[in-house]
Amino acid sequence: MKIESDLLYSKNDEWVRIEGDTATIGITDYAQSQLSDIVFAEVSIEKGESVEAGDCIGTVESVKAASDIYTPVSGTVTAVNEAVADEPEIINKDAFGAAWFIKVEIDGPIDNSELMDAGDYRKYCEEREH
Amino acid sequence: MCTKPTTGNEQKTIFELSSAGRRGMRYPKCDVPEAELPSGLLRDELPMPELSEADVVRHFTNLSELNYSLDNGFYPLGSCTMKYNPKIDEKLSRLDGFVNVHPLQPIETVQGSLLVMYELQDMLQRISGMDACTLTPAAGAHGEFSGVKTIVAWHQAQGHDKRKVMLIPDSAHGTNPATSAMSGLVVKPVPTDARGNIDLEKLAPLCNDELAGIMITNPNTLGLFDEHIVEVNEMVHKAGGLVYGDGANMNALLGIARPGDLGFDVMHFNLHKTFATPHGGGGPGSGPICAKAFLADYIPGPVACVLEEETEEMPPLYGLKMPEESMGQVRSFWGHFGVMLKAYVYILMEGEEGLRRVSEYATLNANYLMAALKKVYPLPFDRPCMHEFVLEGKLPNAPEVRALDIAKRLMDYKFHPPTNYFPLIVHEALMIEPTETESKQVLDEFIEAMLVIAKEAEENPQLLHDAPLTTPFGRMDEVKAAKDLILTA
Repeated sequence: MKIESDLLYSKNDEWVRIEGDTATIGITDYAQSQLSDIVFAEVSIEKGESVEAGDCIGTVESVKAASDIYTPVSGTVTAVNEAVADEPEIINKDAFGAAWFIKVEIDGPIDNSELMDAGDYRKYCEEREH
Repeated sequence: MCTKPTTGNEQKTIFELSSAGRRGMRYPKCDVPEAELPSGLLRDELPMPELSEADVVRHFTNLSELNYSLDNGFYPLGSCTMKYNPKIDEKLSRLDGFVNVHPLQPIETVQGSLLVMYELQDMLQRISGMDACTLTPAAGAHGEFSGVKTIVAWHQAQGHDKRKVMLIPDSAHGTNPATSAMSGLVVKPVPTDARGNIDLEKLAPLCNDELAGIMITNPNTLGLFDEHIVEVNEMVHKAGGLVYGDGANMNALLGIARPGDLGFDVMHFNLHKTFATPHGGGGPGSGPICAKAFLADYIPGPVACVLEEETEEMPPLYGLKMPEESMGQVRSFWGHFGVMLKAYVYILMEGEEGLRRVSEYATLNANYLMAALKKVYPLPFDRPCMHEFVLEGKLPNAPEVRALDIAKRLMDYKFHPPTNYFPLIVHEALMIEPTETESKQVLDEFIEAMLVIAKEAEENPQLLHDAPLTTPFGRMDEVKAAKDLILTA
């Protein structure tokens, strides 16, 4: 299981990378391994839309299950990654890199009370593995 | 002549078997003047296979032998209640008097069919502890939809405009949130606690003035009876919500507990599961709903009723009526009558004692399997189960083997695999429901296979990754099947 040290993590297994006032959002390596082979992905919002933390931004579907994806931060969507819908298998291959879902412009500091750092997220994943 | 033995995957398609000029029937000589068809109606090509009658019969008989059904063997597909379907149901549902009726016949001429519907409604009300019943929904999810729409209609009639939230435990069948969304409600999940019950602490803040209701499957999809079910239902009622019962797991409760007594307001039955009618490719479903008296006017119809009471000279006259505030019909005509008939026969055949015994044996069989298998396979919620239980399909000493591998390998031992990867709250879930119709001998054979597979997983995991090896087709490429689905030839 890969976990990147410089990201924030949600309980629903999304990651957030903060660079300046841009937040990039994707799903974690743990999430993709639990889902197994992903066969469909969709981002259901468009560039320019504003989102609130907790809003559903898309769906991924594997041979096992379907799962909604939620944005852990609020702001305005500045980019949507078409590649995840075109080639959903990149989520299995490169969850923290090529398979980002959206970029959001955040206004001011984000509310990270519901988010975990890499160490806490590792513990959170291990707990669920018993 | 010697030919090499063939396996199922060398079966040719009926087009590949075609031999030019061969035919199954010959027409008599034409004794009327021949006429030309208009050229616009003619095709250049019509690819039809050319075969004899024997070719066709053998082809389809051979294909049918590749099938696996309850008439072949054990089918522990959790949540689906794949019990053996008694053949008397088939026999009685094929009686001329039932087969050769039309739904638009004058009611005086179909009193027998209407009596069956009327009595089945009454039986389902008694089994569920409810006051009203409609048989029209065509399957389980259709029953859910009808029941949740009934809840919505009742709230509307009371002027409860704000009540838009339907609570769904995270162990629920996927149809529950889909039903609620289709009914215009907002779905909010409720987590499961460490014992597999609805988490009361998490439920409490959700019980507010936006609440329309909750959809509960009890026993839940972990096969566990919710230990706080009465308290949960009271909390929801106190907040002004109604309680929907998903009857998918009724096979555990017949004659033992009635949803109506536990505080449920409306529920559906899956006649095809609980009352042993063919399903899952073998026939259509049927999802009647039962409701408490205060909802009786809102359920879909028509419902069977007595139009004229019995007199000394005449039996009662049965007919159909639409409940007063009903949302109307959810299905053409009166629902899946053939399925109702089979369920009616089954209930009469079992009787009150027999139905209770069904649930007792379904529960006993599940616990027998669970007790033997939990010694080897992890059991995340370890307490006595009802009619089914959920193991983790991952073994401590075989980390690369997954639930899917175990399920596929079971096919080599001639068992239908259990449900896998559901419910979602268990990793690598294997959901096993033996039903009451299996003998101890069959259960022991299944345990033996599962234990052998666990050993194989440690010693030769590749064997499991490659399974099944003895079926007509080997391991399917599920990713390709999901991504490159070709629906046309």
